[in-house]
Amino acid sequence: MPQTQAAIRPAALKTKLAMDRVSMVFERDGKRTEVLNNISLDVGDGEFVCLLGPSGCGKSTLLNAMAGFLAPTGGAITVDGEVVRKPDPRRIFVFQERGVFPWLTVEGNIGFGLAKLSKGEREQRIAHYVKMVGLQGFEKAYPEELSGGMKQRVEVARALAVNPDMLLLDEPFGALDSITRLTMRGELLRIWEAERKTIIFVTHDIDEAVQLADRVVVLSARPATIQQTVNIDIAHPRDMSSPRYLELRDGIFKQIGLAHRI
Amino acid sequence: MRDDSPVRTRLLLWRPFAFTALLLLFWEAGVRYQPSHLLPGPLGVAGGIVDLVRHGLLLKYVVASLFRVTWGFALAVATAVPLGLAIGWYRRAEMAINPILQILRPISPLAWIPIAILWFGVGDLAAVFLIFVGSFFPLMLTAINAVQSVPAVYVDAGRNFGLSPAALMYRVLYPAVVPRLIVGLRITLGIAWLVVVAAEMIAVSSGLGFLIVDARNAGNRYDLVVAGMLIIGIIGLLLDLGMRSLEKVKSFRWGYSED
Amino acid sequence: MSSQVQPAKWERLFWPVLGTGVLLVLWYYSVRWSGTKVFPSPRDVERGLAELLRHQVLWGDIVDSLRRVAIGYGLAALIGVPLGLTLGWYPAANQVVNPTIQILRPISPIAWIPVAIIFFGVGDKAAIFLIFLGAFFPVVVAGINGVRNVPSVYRRAGRNFGLTPPQLLGRVLFPAALPQILVGLRIALGIAWLVVVAAEMIAVDSGLGFLVIDSRNSGKRYDLVVAAILLIGVIGLILDVAFRRLEKLRSVRWGFRAES
Repeated sequence: MPQTQAAIRPAALKTKLAMDRVSMVFERDGKRTEVLNNISLDVGDGEFVCLLGPSGCGKSTLLNAMAGFLAPTGGAITVDGEVVRKPDPRRIFVFQERGVFPWLTVEGNIGFGLAKLSKGEREQRIAHYVKMVGLQGFEKAYPEELSGGMKQRVEVARALAVNPDMLLLDEPFGALDSITRLTMRGELLRIWEAERKTIIFVTHDIDEAVQLADRVVVLSARPATIQQTVNIDIAHPRDMSSPRYLELRDGIFKQIGLAHRI
Repeated sequence: MRDDSPVRTRLLLWRPFAFTALLLLFWEAGVRYQPSHLLPGPLGVAGGIVDLVRHGLLLKYVVASLFRVTWGFALAVATAVPLGLAIGWYRRAEMAINPILQILRPISPLAWIPIAILWFGVGDLAAVFLIFVGSFFPLMLTAINAVQSVPAVYVDAGRNFGLSPAALMYRVLYPAVVPRLIVGLRITLGIAWLVVVAAEMIAVSSGLGFLIVDARNAGNRYDLVVAGMLIIGIIGLLLDLGMRSLEKVKSFRWGYSED
Repeated sequence: MSSQVQPAKWERLFWPVLGTGVLLVLWYYSVRWSGTKVFPSPRDVERGLAELLRHQVLWGDIVDSLRRVAIGYGLAALIGVPLGLTLGWYPAANQVVNPTIQILRPISPIAWIPVAIIFFGVGDKAAIFLIFLGAFFPVVVAGINGVRNVPSVYRRAGRNFGLTPPQLLGRVLFPAALPQILVGLRIALGIAWLVVVAAEMIAVDSGLGFLVIDSRNSGKRYDLVVAAILLIGVIGLILDVAFRRLEKLRSVRWGFRAES
């Protein structure tokens, strides 16, 4: 059953990231745009949370604030108790597209954050993550030679290679075709189950959210507030035809107010 | 970034002025220490400009230079653009012409001076010819490039709607090439301005380029020399700004998604 | 987009040869038909070229011109690229310096000759200074635009990985801006080549530009004039082509996706 508005923290996990009454107001040419309104949310360590909402609702803004690229105009975001002030390698952001550096090879990209390691260690790590995302054989390739799905794999590998505490993914599969998207979702879950990082995943795709997340946070249109929080209590691998899946998914459909027939 | 407070913006506008003022001060100071006492400071240059105005030369020379640029540039536009558009459209024509273009393009217009003088004698016509040559090749290349960059989808759509070749040219190709053409025109106008100054230093007896050479030769009037340079810079900038405002005309703007 | 029919492979050689051939024929016949005694026909130019090569002077001139370009252009690149990057990185600094750049840029390097002569006297140094001036501004502007056009994604990713500002500049902004900087450098090289020829016609007494003027002045040898002009064109073209090869390097090629 969908949960109500209040921030629910799964009791078993300690809090990794806490958002306390976060608001964001943009001022441009004298016009004030309220993008985020009073968002409070706790994310547990190792949890997979999806932020779901229509395009333009501000979920990317929220994610950017969590990463430290933007400062909230109101409220505070803390990670492990510390206030988030600037970007940090412990919270790596995965972009929707073009986040991969085109002037570096696959190896170069994945090794980007590993400058502080010794050569041997770096090579080892790179090889490990190349294998993990399934890009063996493409180590020396440049991004322009890769497909969209492969580029996203590089980006995820690059993010994981620095062993961050959290991954923040901003509609990472949005630019891919729907078949690749399904494959990539499976890959992401596989990686998550291997490494158990805290993941916050932004999407506008309801199915994607229900397939991936432990918890789906549904945001309203701008100014964004938390409309609904849904605990997805189905174990992986999730059957997309199971009644429970459909029940949860349809619940969200209804909450957002979308028509069920086309 | 919330820097919209009015005080802040006024302060920001001041900075380029402050910097330029600082440069001028250094210039003036530097001039005093110079052994040959030839190079003028900003005050000397200002005096030079006043001098030119008083003798009625400023306007005369500016008009002369602009006159030559206009003629040379206009002739180049009238010939190179249609030719370039046609050549760009027919791949084979472009392949045939390309080697010649590529060899003639890197040749400084000034290197054509002996030929210009041979054909036109020393004088206005030679200068106009040099400007024409200097503008012709960049314009041709721009036109060719503009046609080749028209996305095939536009032409296909035009054909799909049953446009005749003439209508296709007029209703699809022409609007499609205009943005790039205008940028090319602006850049080439800048080149033409550079060439006219250089051409006037050699082949004629009026104009801003001539002013520079003459002022030095007839009495080391370096204040006039630098005054001339400054005016050249300002007019060149004005020409560029003028062309840029043309780019801003709405019906051309679709081509500038980034700026 | 051009007319639909795709040319066959043999045509790649055929049309250029045809075009050049036609032009040469036109040239030859217009010289004959006009009965000019001065303007050279293609054969005259060919013979003139052979003569220049035989007399060994030509190589010296070519080397002189290239040398001046190398120094003037090299300096412009060395100073201009870091400056452009810095100005692009600090928009405030750019705003301050920009008006000065905008006024100086439209002034033909040739117009600087009298000033150059005051500082450097007549000769090599003056020419190099002019080349530097000509190449400097395009390089700086390319640097500024290159940095400005770096998508913010790359900047953010760099910061995300904990890079300090100098590291960000070196490991992200510079490689990201490099394609545009290379284009600016290539254009600047073309300009340097134009300026050296012009400068040599006025301010020095060796080099290809000087050869052009000298051939005319000392004996109305228009065959040598045209030979020198064509040589200037060919060398300029070689410089341009060589530079374009740099643009094909894999760590930069990504920036030139839409080549037309």
